Amino acid sequence: MAKHETPLLDQLESGPWPSFVSDIKQEAEARAKNEKGVEYQIPVDVCEDLLGVLELSFKHGRTHWKHGGIVGVFGYGGGVIGRYCDQPEMFPGVAHFHTMRVNQPGGKFYTTKFLRDLCNVWDMRGSGLTNMHGSTGDIILLGTTTPQLEEIFFELTHTYNTDLGGSGSNLRTPADCVGEARCEWSCYDTQDLCYNLTQEYQDELHRPAFPYKFKFKFDGCPNCCVASIARADISFIGTWRDDIPVDQEAVAAYVGGELAPNGGAHAGRDWGPFDIKKEVVDLCPTNCIQYADGKLTIDSKECTRCMHCIAVMPRALRIGNDRGLSILVGAKAPILDGAQMGSLLVPFIKVEEPYDEIKEVIENIWDWWMEEGKNRERLGELMKRQGFQRLLEACNLKPDPRMVQEPRTNPYIFWKEDEVPGGFQRDIKEFRKHHLR
Amino acid sequence: MAFVSSGYNPAKPMENRITDIGPRKYDEFYPPVIKKNKGKWLYHEILQPGVLVHVAESGDEVYTVRVGGIRLMSVSLIREVCDIADKHCDGHLRFTTRNNIEFMVDSKDKVQPLIDDLESRKFKGGSFKFPVGGTGAGVTNIVHTQGWIHCHTPATDASGPVKATMDVLFDDFKSMRLPAQMRVSLACCLNMCGAVHCSDIAILGYHRKPPLMDHEYLDKMCEIPLAISSCPTAALKPGKVELADGTSVKSIMVNEPRCMFCGNCYTMCPSMPLADTEGDGIVIMAGGKVSNRISAPKFSKVVVAFFPNEAPRWPQTTDCIKKMIEVWAADANKYERLGEWAERIGWERFFEKCELEFTHHLIDDFRDPAYYTWRQTTQFKF
Repeated sequence: MAKHETPLLDQLESGPWPSFVSDIKQEAEARAKNEKGVEYQIPVDVCEDLLGVLELSFKHGRTHWKHGGIVGVFGYGGGVIGRYCDQPEMFPGVAHFHTMRVNQPGGKFYTTKFLRDLCNVWDMRGSGLTNMHGSTGDIILLGTTTPQLEEIFFELTHTYNTDLGGSGSNLRTPADCVGEARCEWSCYDTQDLCYNLTQEYQDELHRPAFPYKFKFKFDGCPNCCVASIARADISFIGTWRDDIPVDQEAVAAYVGGELAPNGGAHAGRDWGPFDIKKEVVDLCPTNCIQYADGKLTIDSKECTRCMHCIAVMPRALRIGNDRGLSILVGAKAPILDGAQMGSLLVPFIKVEEPYDEIKEVIENIWDWWMEEGKNRERLGELMKRQGFQRLLEACNLKPDPRMVQEPRTNPYIFWKEDEVPGGFQRDIKEFRKHHLR
Repeated sequence: MAFVSSGYNPAKPMENRITDIGPRKYDEFYPPVIKKNKGKWLYHEILQPGVLVHVAESGDEVYTVRVGGIRLMSVSLIREVCDIADKHCDGHLRFTTRNNIEFMVDSKDKVQPLIDDLESRKFKGGSFKFPVGGTGAGVTNIVHTQGWIHCHTPATDASGPVKATMDVLFDDFKSMRLPAQMRVSLACCLNMCGAVHCSDIAILGYHRKPPLMDHEYLDKMCEIPLAISSCPTAALKPGKVELADGTSVKSIMVNEPRCMFCGNCYTMCPSMPLADTEGDGIVIMAGGKVSNRISAPKFSKVVVAFFPNEAPRWPQTTDCIKKMIEVWAADANKYERLGEWAERIGWERFFEKCELEFTHHLIDDFRDPAYYTWRQTTQFKF
């Protein structure tokens, strides 16, 4: 017999998609039975009370979690999100229900050993509920009490050699795509750069010293599978600057119908025979592809690396060999001043250990933002307020037409005094000798 | 239960303290076939919905079976995932950015037994535990936020509407009949912990009533100037309020017509909650993408200003999403993302075809970028 009636949530148990309600119920049952004799350190009925409070929210159409709560582990300012229920008497099991963010391994690859270890810690010291993963990328341990925070942190660091992630006004846990580990389109080792920078900037990650949150995301190619361009303060997006290698035999195989276009991604419908002109040549955004006499040619100089042709004919076309990444900066969700996409700051940079050139860009950006940014102002908002030119100055970078969609349409240029011969200091008396009042 | 110490000594927090070690290194967790062929992959193919093969220069192959994960997972379910990975994949697995779980095997003969095992597992309530799919020109898993399960600012739930939507879109998770990939995302308030503002279809929780002022406690709970300066539309100003018992307290006054219901003030001050049963609900946005393929990344556009929170299954929201996907699937060219299709046919045609009402709420009036969304040409369609 369940502790709380949940008629609304029960309706989410049917249907084919995995039901989180069924899963929480199964966890509630497992805790109640406790077949393994776990010495639970937080209330055994935490999952039942969580279902109870969620049912109440379904009924009210309002959340029942209180605002904030400053809890954490000693010496860190992030990684723990305090959470308290606003109906603690009805649901004592979730009266204190803090989240811990654990920094996920790169590419979200796991061994079952590591996952089982985490499960054991969390079973005993927390609710047994997680998010795999949070939107930023962390492993989220969802719901524990204040006295358990240090205990969990101690076990994570001492026994499992792993650390918390970021929260608050600090570097948020960096996240990467699967990258070279299992993708032929990755233009650099996303996991290594992500890991290296995460380690380099541990202090910035754990101890909030920034005006607001700051996100790094690492996409191996312009397909942007981790959505860096839409949400990272600095997006590291792989690219190349030489030719797309073409395997003409494989092109012929696509044209001849021996290979399925787009790696078979459209196999669920009969789209008719593959038409290389319609599906590749005509869709090229810069019209730099030609197909004539059974031969595909790409004018690489005009290519903007949208990768459509590569995606359609992955066995015939590959990414180039002179690889690196583009740095785009200032992306964010709408709050507060409207959504911003990342803006191109560094068109191309080689990705070479120890990544000093990349770190120089990052640190120049941080110096500027920490000096000029207002409380709760994201980098993108500071860029809008002070202008892209100020960012360039701060980064010691030369302007490049690749950085803009188009030049400005107004002539309101803030000329600096040293850019104008003779400077701004003039003698009005001398001027009046030739121009009467 | 008795308190069990991890070894941490609260009297001496710095004793044996380990900090700033970061995550475990990625290559500790690579399956052997990944470790061996990293950076040397030649191409990949989707063999059937949810099943990919990547082929390396060495001739090695890795077969990936992708299943839709529920982001909110219990340790029981994770242990079951581990059991499967131990049985079929030598103890390795990975998760994707969109909450899918990927099981990898190094030869083709291991694929079908793995799929059979995954598809055979169901929850007591009847739903699949590990549905295989989410690849290619289909619907992939919905990325989402916390919602009512754990967040203090949501205007809708997350796991609930996601379950309801994925039930409706399930066939397209399991197939690849669409013109391009369809990425649906949910954020339970406009803080948008996920990147829903660039999704083919976004489900966004939104408040519609100004903050409810807890004047009696506000000055005790909050820094009034900090809360006032947090308002992006300058709708807040300091003031004095007389309570029922005649005492006068310092508080904050809301210029209600200026409020855009963003909730930023509530983030700074807990005495200004916005949550409201009738006020809160869902905004539907459409036509965004993050990929640079063919066209540049795009923001999603608001196509429905409001649907109420209809727990537990949000039928108006899921009907609308289903309808948009069906119309797009029938009308778009091969490779055309929803936003590219809408731009080609024109947004006026999008509303007509999707049978969505175009209301005044959908015309941008927020700051400078609004101007660039109005039509500055005589080119439009009747």
